[in-house]
Amino acid sequence: MFGFISRRIAMALVVMFVVALISFLLFRFVGDPVNQMVGIETTPEQREALRQRLGLNDPVLVQFFRYVLGAIQFDFGNSYQFKQPVADLIGRRLPATLELSFASAIFALLLGIPMGVYTGLNRDSWLSKMFLSVSLVGISLPTFFIGILFIFFFSVTLQWLPSFGRGEVVALGSFWDTGFLTISGLKAIILPAITLGLYQMTLIMRLIRAEMLEVMRTDHIKFARARGLPNRSVYYIHALKNTMVPVITITGLQLGSIIAFAIITETVFQWPGMGILFLQAVQNVDIPIMAAYLLLTAFIFVFINLIVDILYVVIDPRLRTERGRA
Amino acid sequence: MTDNTPTVSGSEASEAPRSAMARFLDSDLLHSFLSSKVTVLAAFTTVVLMLAALFAPLVAPFNPFDLAQISIMDARIPPIGMEWSDPRYLLGTDDQGRDLLSGILYGMRISLAVGFLSVAFAAVLGISLGLISGYVGGRTDAIIMRIAEVQLTFPAILLALLIDGIANGIFGNIDRETWAIWILTFSIGLSFWVQYARTVRGSTLVEKNKEYVQAARVIGIPAWIIMIRHVLPNVLGPVLVIATINLALAIITEATLSFLGVGVPSTQPSLGTLIRIGNDFLFSGEWWIAIFPGLALAILVLAVNLLGDWLRDALNPKLR
Repeated sequence: MFGFISRRIAMALVVMFVVALISFLLFRFVGDPVNQMVGIETTPEQREALRQRLGLNDPVLVQFFRYVLGAIQFDFGNSYQFKQPVADLIGRRLPATLELSFASAIFALLLGIPMGVYTGLNRDSWLSKMFLSVSLVGISLPTFFIGILFIFFFSVTLQWLPSFGRGEVVALGSFWDTGFLTISGLKAIILPAITLGLYQMTLIMRLIRAEMLEVMRTDHIKFARARGLPNRSVYYIHALKNTMVPVITITGLQLGSIIAFAIITETVFQWPGMGILFLQAVQNVDIPIMAAYLLLTAFIFVFINLIVDILYVVIDPRLRTERGRA
Repeated sequence: MTDNTPTVSGSEASEAPRSAMARFLDSDLLHSFLSSKVTVLAAFTTVVLMLAALFAPLVAPFNPFDLAQISIMDARIPPIGMEWSDPRYLLGTDDQGRDLLSGILYGMRISLAVGFLSVAFAAVLGISLGLISGYVGGRTDAIIMRIAEVQLTFPAILLALLIDGIANGIFGNIDRETWAIWILTFSIGLSFWVQYARTVRGSTLVEKNKEYVQAARVIGIPAWIIMIRHVLPNVLGPVLVIATINLALAIITEATLSFLGVGVPSTQPSLGTLIRIGNDFLFSGEWWIAIFPGLALAILVLAVNLLGDWLRDALNPKLR
């Protein structure tokens, strides 16, 4: 167990090192940082002085270590377009993205699990069939088009919910603005959160359905029935518990893609988060922001993967000896 | 190059007593296809949409790229059945007076082209790396598979966005209009290769210990010929399934990138570009400019997805 965990951590560190290297190479060699910082009328001597001052003439390895050291202290350099520190820009946008991701993950779990249990237990009911066909359509519709349809129906036609922005936000401390505490903030998060969580919801539903079908055939369920336990306790205590391992894994891994897909949802709903910032950076070739975003998301993904891998072993005792040896 | 390699494959072919067509007509695959109504409908829809897109210049009522045929006077005409509609424009017109139906057909052409090209690129890259990884083994295998694992940590759409951004940073000075589609294809393809590589590597590991591969090795056939001529045909089955499902994914990815404004340039609008343009008019009541291209995209992807689902089940003997 200990050997397995330390191996996973080592692996995670290697991945982070590779990503940091790529991110550094991007930062340093795609586009000339000096060219981006000075005007046309700057003389070559001034450019050279700036180069020297920024340390761009040092050996590449030294620069790489300086970059990594900076990144650990949240110093990612200045954005080309905004002329401000990247860390400030991202820090200001991070709460919006995290709140959106959190809301949509909750939505996906709260709806996906019951629907999955229901469709797994009642394979042939018309409601199950409807859930499944709707989920296939949901997977085939691109996220941004679902968002547009929502805006069209709920904002333009029915005028129930706002179509853009976060509504009113309340400052919690110096760096966290939350939209969860105002009515308009809560109303504003509904459509984006559903748009973002829909794909994850269908995924969780299908996964739980498949696992339920599998578990219901096992001996311990037959035994629980033979003991005369009521259906409710068979389904929710004995069956659902055993479907949870893959669900936790997939949900954990999906948290990463929620953050990635937030780029699309934020664009559709003009949600002022990290995703829009990154998209603007891609469009304007603002390399420092791209490099920082790459590092940050990589860190989140690798961290989640690590936690999920460790949880997996902790939750399912059967995996301990096998994985420990492998 | 030796002369004996063609005869090896030649003798293999001559052992098959019946023609490929006869075998196909008698196969389980065809039977399973015809017995699923949804699949037949999906295949029909896919073929119709692909043909319509391929022959868009012949099928479409207008050429949306021909400035002589469009007039700003015809802008934002609603589709047939609504007030102020014009019988010439079945699905209405966009903000520049282009016929929406023609725009969708031409747009689907670009969406499908990018989809097919990027799937082909991903498949060739993934299959080659998977074959090499599985057949050569050792350190090569370890390196390729580590790269694959690292890449799998990131969602494909994020990678495609990043690669597109980086490529535009590196080739910033060249003509964006001509190269955007190729950069897009490249970035989508590069973000989808891992699945092919892992699948092919798995089957190659099984195949390489079989007798026919050992026999080929004993008579001194070079490794790369064994890989291409002998191992490759035996590992292609699952690849077909992945490619079909990936085609739907690639089309969605292309549409998403174009919608975000980093994909194809607006002079060659794909379905995603059309939706992005239409999105601006959603609030002023001209819903058809965004909704119709979106529906076309959804139907195309749904049909391809259904085909992929069926193919996966049909080729997987465990599920029969």
